[in-house]
Amino acid sequence: MELHDVWFVLIAILWIGYFFLEGFDFGIGILTKGLARGRTERRVLINTIGPVWDGNEVWLLSAGGATFAAFPEWYATLFSGFYLPLLIILLCLIVRGVAFEYRAKRPEERWQTNWEHAIFWTSLVPAVLWGVAFGNIVRGVKIDAHKEYVGNFWDLLNPYAILGGLVTLTLFTFHGAVFASLKTVGDVRVRARKAALGLGLVAAAFALGFLIWTQADKGDGSSLVAMIVAVVALVGAIGAIKVGREGWSFALSGITIAAAVAMLFLTMFPNVMPSSLNADWSLTVSNASSSPYTLKIMTWCAAVATPIVLLYQSWTYWVFRKRIGTQHIADAAH
Amino acid sequence: MDSTMVMALAPETLARWQFGITTVYHFLFVPLTISLAAVTAILETAWVRTGKEHYLRATKFWGKLFLINIAMGVVTGIVQEFQFGMNWSDYSRFVGDIFGAPLAFEALIAFFFESTFIGLWIFGWDKLPKKLHCATIWMVSIGTILSAYFIMAANSFMQHPVGYRIVERDGVKRAELTDFVAVLTQETVLVNFWHVISASILVGGAFLTGIAIFHLRKKQHIRTMRMSLRLGLVTAMVGTLLTVVSADTLGKVMYEQQPMKMSAAEALWDNEKPAPFSLFAYGDVSKGHNTVAIEIPGILSFLAKNNFNAEIPGINDINKAEQDSFGPGDYRPNIPTAYWSYRWMIGFGGVSMALCTAGLWLTRRKFWLAPAHRTGEDDVPKLMLTKNKELTPKLGNWWWRLSQWTLIFPLIGISWGWIFTETGRQPWVVYGVLRTRDAVSPGVSQGEVITSLIVFTLIYAILAVIEVKLMVKYVKQGPPELTEADLNPPTKIGGPGSGADSGDASDADRPMAFSY
Repeated sequence: MELHDVWFVLIAILWIGYFFLEGFDFGIGILTKGLARGRTERRVLINTIGPVWDGNEVWLLSAGGATFAAFPEWYATLFSGFYLPLLIILLCLIVRGVAFEYRAKRPEERWQTNWEHAIFWTSLVPAVLWGVAFGNIVRGVKIDAHKEYVGNFWDLLNPYAILGGLVTLTLFTFHGAVFASLKTVGDVRVRARKAALGLGLVAAAFALGFLIWTQADKGDGSSLVAMIVAVVALVGAIGAIKVGREGWSFALSGITIAAAVAMLFLTMFPNVMPSSLNADWSLTVSNASSSPYTLKIMTWCAAVATPIVLLYQSWTYWVFRKRIGTQHIADAAH
Repeated sequence: MDSTMVMALAPETLARWQFGITTVYHFLFVPLTISLAAVTAILETAWVRTGKEHYLRATKFWGKLFLINIAMGVVTGIVQEFQFGMNWSDYSRFVGDIFGAPLAFEALIAFFFESTFIGLWIFGWDKLPKKLHCATIWMVSIGTILSAYFIMAANSFMQHPVGYRIVERDGVKRAELTDFVAVLTQETVLVNFWHVISASILVGGAFLTGIAIFHLRKKQHIRTMRMSLRLGLVTAMVGTLLTVVSADTLGKVMYEQQPMKMSAAEALWDNEKPAPFSLFAYGDVSKGHNTVAIEIPGILSFLAKNNFNAEIPGINDINKAEQDSFGPGDYRPNIPTAYWSYRWMIGFGGVSMALCTAGLWLTRRKFWLAPAHRTGEDDVPKLMLTKNKELTPKLGNWWWRLSQWTLIFPLIGISWGWIFTETGRQPWVVYGVLRTRDAVSPGVSQGEVITSLIVFTLIYAILAVIEVKLMVKYVKQGPPELTEADLNPPTKIGGPGSGADSGDASDADRPMAFSY
């Protein structure tokens, strides 16, 4: 295994970390509309991710920065090619971060309502778009001999990619509902469990379709294993939430996300961005990567930093392990 | 379309405007974040060590402003991570092997640190024992400083590329890293980093000073604000000294590495020995000379080379030399921009330095001050010129008023500093290696860049209004009254009601000390 293969795995791990963690953040944001009854319950939901959403989002920045460092060509083609969808995602993440921080900083009704709308939409839109983006990456897009994306915005909205978007949307919302049931007490928790069950079934329907399509189109033996893990974990997650085992359900919905992302990466390898025009024009781990020297430095950095990050981020979750209910939300705005 | 119109809508121009707007905007929040994180950490440490309540009130007050500010810094920083790929894909392909590494280091080391520990700090008041809570804000502070270091390393590579070689792969040339230590520790990084950090300290000092004065002039929250004023003035003084020293060193380094930028800053068209420092110049760029120039002889020679008689190369001469090494073309940056941005940088920085230095002396507590003029902790300090002589009320009033406004001066100075150093490097994006026009994304359409330029500018403008209004609201509100919970922080991690051995039910149902 060469270093650029290691980095292919590490980039996959960073995306898994991102979708695992911000997956439930997006889910919580989306559920503030459907699940919460009234402002206090909405705040209960928002506060379950309050201390952690920012740290979770850094997994995206790390994935972006690491792609830049380890696979500059991938970084360049992907973000200049998927220009408008990325622009929309960035705008959403900007508004979303500010919405969390500023919502409670003024008492006016309109101020708070507006930020609550913002939290919903800026969680929902990226949840869809990340799936669309990954669907396109896996499916292959129009990349020319100079590694430039030559398709347009509408090319990205094909059935396979849109199905991918529906998978991430429903899967993240399910993941978020399970997280909500794990982190809250009282009525919200009861409703979160019920919602999770329904959402799980919808997510399962979309995910099954998308993963089978992927497997039929691009799959091999290893991707089949990942697919089976994803499907079994998802069924397990739904079963666990049905019998009230919230912790198990959350772990399993997390494994579902991890295995599904792993499957997508496995179907691509050794490509990082397949070209739909000519297989020779695809970006691969070798023609898109940095020099061995840079990869070696990056490997050291990741090998030392990532375990430490995992350690202190886990500690944060332990510090904030207490469930939250409406009684914990103070009336006064801060 | 006429040629100016074509130029104005060229992909390079649009992409540069977008980068300039988003980056200068982002960097309004960065220095304030760096300095306020440290200030908040110092204040909380003072509270933990002394138990004096006004330190906790100050921690909460400045900490709140810090949070309003860092929220904007974080979200505008996301754009920075991706826009190299969006608008500058050929740049990313060419230097990604080198430039990507410090960015990835920044994310993996600094961003995780900042973002995780800031969550612990915000929500941790009733979850963490006070020493541990205090440690989290120090972690945030360390994160902000590390972040600045990695970014300055990346930027310094663009200013003065080292530790690389040009390699041809698949028929395409790119720069590859050969010495990462050189990239991280070259003189340009060290000096630039110090200049940015010291200017950030000045930003924080002026910010504290201005806001403390706002309250002191209204005679409210005096104890907290008097302490904050002194802390602000001392901080500004430290920032001033470090900024002046680092600026001098940086100027000399830049004269070695990018003489064009520095001669443009002085509108020095032709070689001069000795070279003067320009106070005002108005010239004709196409003809390559000044029509009006007010100058102090010899000063530029001294600033650049530590020698009042040294010869300094002029713009026209450097342009010729660069044409000889890089081929025909115009290697001059936009001279009026370089000239004036340099002056605005020094001007805004200098005014706040002067005001704060004066203030540090005028508001002193005991030193060379007759006992009759010493003021207590609950009084607004008198402005004392000498041992027994107070500043006249008229001058004193001016000092209070101007120093209140100085709160944003260093921030404006820093922005001009960035505009100077980045436009002064043109037409290069990586000095001497890659031209800016060769760095843009070839596949991104004009429509796409215009769209993103408009959307970012609009949303940033809206957020600026929201942020400033929120800042003003919390500045006016002043330090909060402390609650029972504030004064009795938890003694174990997780706070009351978190473990199986927790106290009674009422403890478990206590509202969170902070919630969104």
